[in-house]
This record gives sequence, structure tokens and C-alpha cells, in this order.
Amino acid sequence: MGTISLKNVRKVFGDHVIIPGADLDIKNGEFVVFVGPSGCGKSTLLRMIAGLEDLTSGAIAIDGKDVSQAAPSERGLAMVFQSYALYPHMSVRNNIAFGLKMAGVPKAEIDSKVAKAAATLNLTDYLDRKPRQLSGGQRQRVAIGRAIVRQPQAFLFDEPLSNLDAALRVNMRVFIMQLHKDLSATMIYVTHDQVEAMTMADRIVVLNKGVIEQVGSPLELYNNPDSLFVAGFIGSPKMNFVTGSEAAKQKAHTIGIRPEHIDIVEGKGTWNGKIALAEHLGADSFLHVDADGAGRLVVRAPGEFRGKEGGAIALKPDMSRLHRFDDMGGVIR
Amino acid sequence: MARAVSSRRKWTFTILAWALAFLIFFPILWTILTSFKTEGDAAAIPPKFLFFDWTFENYGIVQERSNYFKFAMNSVILALGSTFFALIIAIPSAWGMAFSPGKRTKDLLMWMLSTKMMPPVGALIPIYLIFRDFGLLDTRGGLIAVLMLLNLPIIIWMLYTYFKEIPAEILEASRMDGASVWKELVYVLTPMAIPGIASTILLNVILAWNEAFWTLALTTKDAAPLPQFIASYSSPEGLFWAKLSAASTMAIAPILVLGWFAQKQLVRGLTFGAVK
Ligand SMILES: Nc1ncnc2c1ncn2[C@@H]1O[C@H](COP(=O)(O)OP(=O)(O)O)[C@@H](O)[C@H]1O
Ligand SMILES: [Mg+2]
Repeated sequence: MGTISLKNVRKVFGDHVIIPGADLDIKNGEFVVFVGPSGCGKSTLLRMIAGLEDLTSGAIAIDGKDVSQAAPSERGLAMVFQSYALYPHMSVRNNIAFGLKMAGVPKAEIDSKVAKAAATLNLTDYLDRKPRQLSGGQRQRVAIGRAIVRQPQAFLFDEPLSNLDAALRVNMRVFIMQLHKDLSATMIYVTHDQVEAMTMADRIVVLNKGVIEQVGSPLELYNNPDSLFVAGFIGSPKMNFVTGSEAAKQKAHTIGIRPEHIDIVEGKGTWNGKIALAEHLGADSFLHVDADGAGRLVVRAPGEFRGKEGGAIALKPDMSRLHRFDDMGGVIR
Repeated sequence: MARAVSSRRKWTFTILAWALAFLIFFPILWTILTSFKTEGDAAAIPPKFLFFDWTFENYGIVQERSNYFKFAMNSVILALGSTFFALIIAIPSAWGMAFSPGKRTKDLLMWMLSTKMMPPVGALIPIYLIFRDFGLLDTRGGLIAVLMLLNLPIIIWMLYTYFKEIPAEILEASRMDGASVWKELVYVLTPMAIPGIASTILLNVILAWNEAFWTLALTTKDAAPLPQFIASYSSPEGLFWAKLSAASTMAIAPILVLGWFAQKQLVRGLTFGAVK
């Protein structure tokens, strides 16, 4: 059903190469997240899949059929935009029904489908309002409602939560994940937030300057990043990077170690230093340590650790969790 | 204290605004007043403001001496006709420039606007000759074409700025929802653009209605609109201020009434969509 495959998909705007050539196979029912810093080409790639942006070269197939030249309406996809892009002159009911109307679905069937979607999305009481009379979260749900009534081959989401406040964002995140479970439909979700990517994705596609850096499950990316970029992008707080003599000892240009993979030891450690800052989150604390030879390191300490700022500390990295990178930023295995 | 100051400022600005509005409106007011005077009162020095013998006789004479309705009919046909044809060209052009701009779209827009900076006299002789040779002088069709071309740059600019305000993502959403180009146009684009199109129509009707330079130069009788009607009362033989004023009042009355009822639309239109 909803398989999507990209073959050497390329996008050039004027003189700017935005996507130099992307290959990707998305399985039916998969939840795939495109993640990367802002401006790296996530939206462009998604819009090319949607058909809203022409391919400079390459091919896209949906459900095994080449759609590279097909109009958006012929691809059977639904999209939820960052700005929601609701039709301002239509009621919520007509916004949700629009796609069905375009498809020529009989009126009675439209009504029952809209009613069902509205019930799922808690919008039943708002069906006769205009979008401007709704809150941000409600608008977001209308946009999702518009997508689900059509039972598309796949759903495309372009940073759908970035205009919501933090609490609502967490709710909607769970809601979308539940939706994915219930519909078992293919979903492609674009975000610049690696936490969203880690929590939601079956598979994550990390983009950097239009290049697919790595594709893998959240844990694969967390445990075995292929590059310095992926290592630094996935995980919070960020992985510590150390260059210079400490890295040379490991026969690498750069070594990386996550805050949670450094132990605090008694006496003398691999790295010794002073606590510069401490962030206490309750369950655990993050210590910013100025370590001799290694520079500033962030270390996760269990909640009960009572280190004081300015106090001395000894650190010992878990060597099995150490990542080594060459001078090009590639991993050394 | 701050309140008092700000309220005083508010008063000052309100009075200033009214004074300015009165200043701008004064010539129209004076014309209307003069149209109710006798020729003697109209030419009196010092001028009489409100205390004169009010009379309707000028309107009667003007109505008798010339066929107001024929001129008015021409004005209506020219204003609506030129607006209609201008929209047929301007809507697709503005649409294209707003939603799929090319590298030179901005230059093209500037160039179109720059044609409005040229003094019309510069184009008078060639256009007059073309009209003469093609038998277009004093025809409604010819004049509609000229008025349309005259206002096309403004119309395209206005529509362009309106269409620019429509977020492209909404149109894209309709495409994702399976709308064809035609359905997108009918169900999504046009309903969202209606306020903009309405103010554009309104402004263009007013501009075309009031256009005197080209209508005076290119018509004599058959296609002559209201500006000709006014002009026919400014004769070199004698000063008929009162009758001239009556004619002017009759000429501007319809557009004044239209403008009054459409104030809100018009302000929106004139600010080129800057005010939401
Ligand atoms: N229509 C366009 N014309 C020219 N450049 C564009 C266009 N759309 C996007 N870009 C450029 O492509 C790059 C990627 O944009 P985008 O895909 O929106 O990034 P992201 O969604 O990852 O933030 C950006 O540098 C942007 O400036
Ligand atoms: Mg984006």
C-alpha cells in the first residue's frame, strides 16, 4: 500500500543545490521522521514527495508506481502544514470535508466521515465555526482531521507542532503516535527537534545540508552514529567531543562520549577537573566540568549526587561507549 | 498626567484631521453650493457662502440644453467596460506573478508602474493618430481600450498585492486535497480574493469615471462621457459659473454616492491591502 521510494532525488533552486541526490525506501505503515537543523532541506524533500515541488532529477515511486511527474492530487497523499493552512472562508466542517467533496464522495458518506473524524479529534462542538474562531491546538486538529478523512496512502507532516506551546506539543505528539497505531498508515514527519524524532520515529532520516547523513532506528542512531554530525545532533544533552592529545591517544581526530556514559569516580580518574556549573533536574543532574586535557565536558550524575560548583571531580568514561571520528567527521569502527 | 497629555494630543489630531478633510473637500462643497446660486451670485465679489437666493434653475437649464443621460450612459459604459476588460487581463497576470514569480517579476511590476509616471501628453499624438487612422475616434470601443490600458498597471499592482497576502500553503493544501486548477480557483482562491477584487473594481470605476484628459481628447459627441458634458459649459464667450457647477455636480454625484457607500472597501483598496 503506502510504500514510498526515492531514487537519486535531486533539487536545485537557481544556482543552489538544495538536495544533491537522495535515496530512501519507506515501508508500508512505517513512521519515518526527517530530522535536521533548520534550512537543511527537510521541507523541500517532503514537498517533492507531495508533488508541490518539481524534481530537478531522479524519481519518486509511491506504492510501486512512478509519480515523479504526477500532480499532488494524483498521489493520494495527505499533508499537514506547519501553518495549518486551513481554508479561512470555510467552516471547520467544510474544511474537513473539502477533500472528500473534491473526490466526489456522496453527501451522506461525507457527513458520516466528517462526524467520525470530528469525534476522534474532539471537534464535534466546533464544526460550524470558522478557523479564526479556534485556538492553535484546535486548528491543528482540524488540519489533521482534513488529512485523515481521506484515508490517504501516506501522511506527510511538516513541523506540525512547532506553533504550539510546550504542554500542548507533548499531548499532540502522543496523539499523532496513537493515530499512527490506530490507522497503521505510512507517515513521514518533518521536525528539527531531535527529541520529537527520537520519541516518535520507527526510523529516523538525519539530513545535513540536503544530504542524508544516516538512516536508522532511534537506538541505532543513538548507539552507532555514522558521523560526527549525527552523533552531535541525536541525544540530549549533546555528546561531548574531545580533540587533541586525548583523542590522539585513541588514534582518532575526535572522540565522542555521551554525558550518560561518563562515570564519576573516587580518587583519580581518566579526566580530573572542577565542576563549573550544575543543572539539577531532580531525577538526575548535569554537571559541566572543566577537565584537564579534555576541556569542558557535560556529565550526567544521579539525582542524589551532591557535587558543589567549584568542587573537584574525577571522571572515567565507559570505553565501550566511546565514539571515534576521523578528521572528515566519519566514524572509525 | 500621561492620560491628560494623550487625550489632548488626540483632540489636536482629531481637529487637524477634520480641518484637513474640510480643506480637501472644500472645492467640491463650493461647486455644489455654486450650482444653487444665480449667475449673479455665483460671480459676486466678495463670494457669498451660504446666504444667497437658493435656486434650482441651473439644473433645469442644464437638463434642457444638453442630454445628461446620454453622457452619463457613456460614462457608465466606459467605466464598467474598461474595468471589466482590465480585470480579465489583470487577474491571471497578477495571479501568475504572485504565485509563481520568475526572476524578473519585480522588474516587470516596476516597469508597468513606470508607465504611469510618463505624462499622458507624451502619448497623445501617436494615440490620436492611431485612433484617427483606424476610425476609433469618438467610439466607445476605442475609449474603453485606452481607459483599460491606462489603469491596467494600477489594477495589476493592487491585485498582485492582494494575492500576495493569500498564503501559498492554503492553495497547496487544496491541491493536496485533490482540487484541480479550476476547482482551486473557484472554491479557494476566488472566495479569499473577493474583498481585494471588489476594492480594485471600485477604485478603477472611479478612476475611469473621472478620467478627463483622454476622454476630452478622443471623443466629441457619440462616445462622450460626463467630463465632456462639464467641458461644454466652460465656454469662452461668457462665464456661466453656476451652470458649470450644476453640470459638474451632476457629473460627480453618481460616483460620490457610490464612493460614500463603499467607503470601507475603498480605504482597504487604497492602502493596497496594508490594513487587514
Ligand atoms: N523556492 C525556493 N527558492 C529558493 N530557495 C529555496 C526555496 N525553498 C527553499 N529554499 C532553500 O532551500 C533550503 C532548504 O529549505 P527547507 O527545505 O525549507 O529547509 P528546512 O525545512 O529543513 O528548514 C534553504 O536554504 C532555503 O533557503
Ligand atoms: Mg521546513
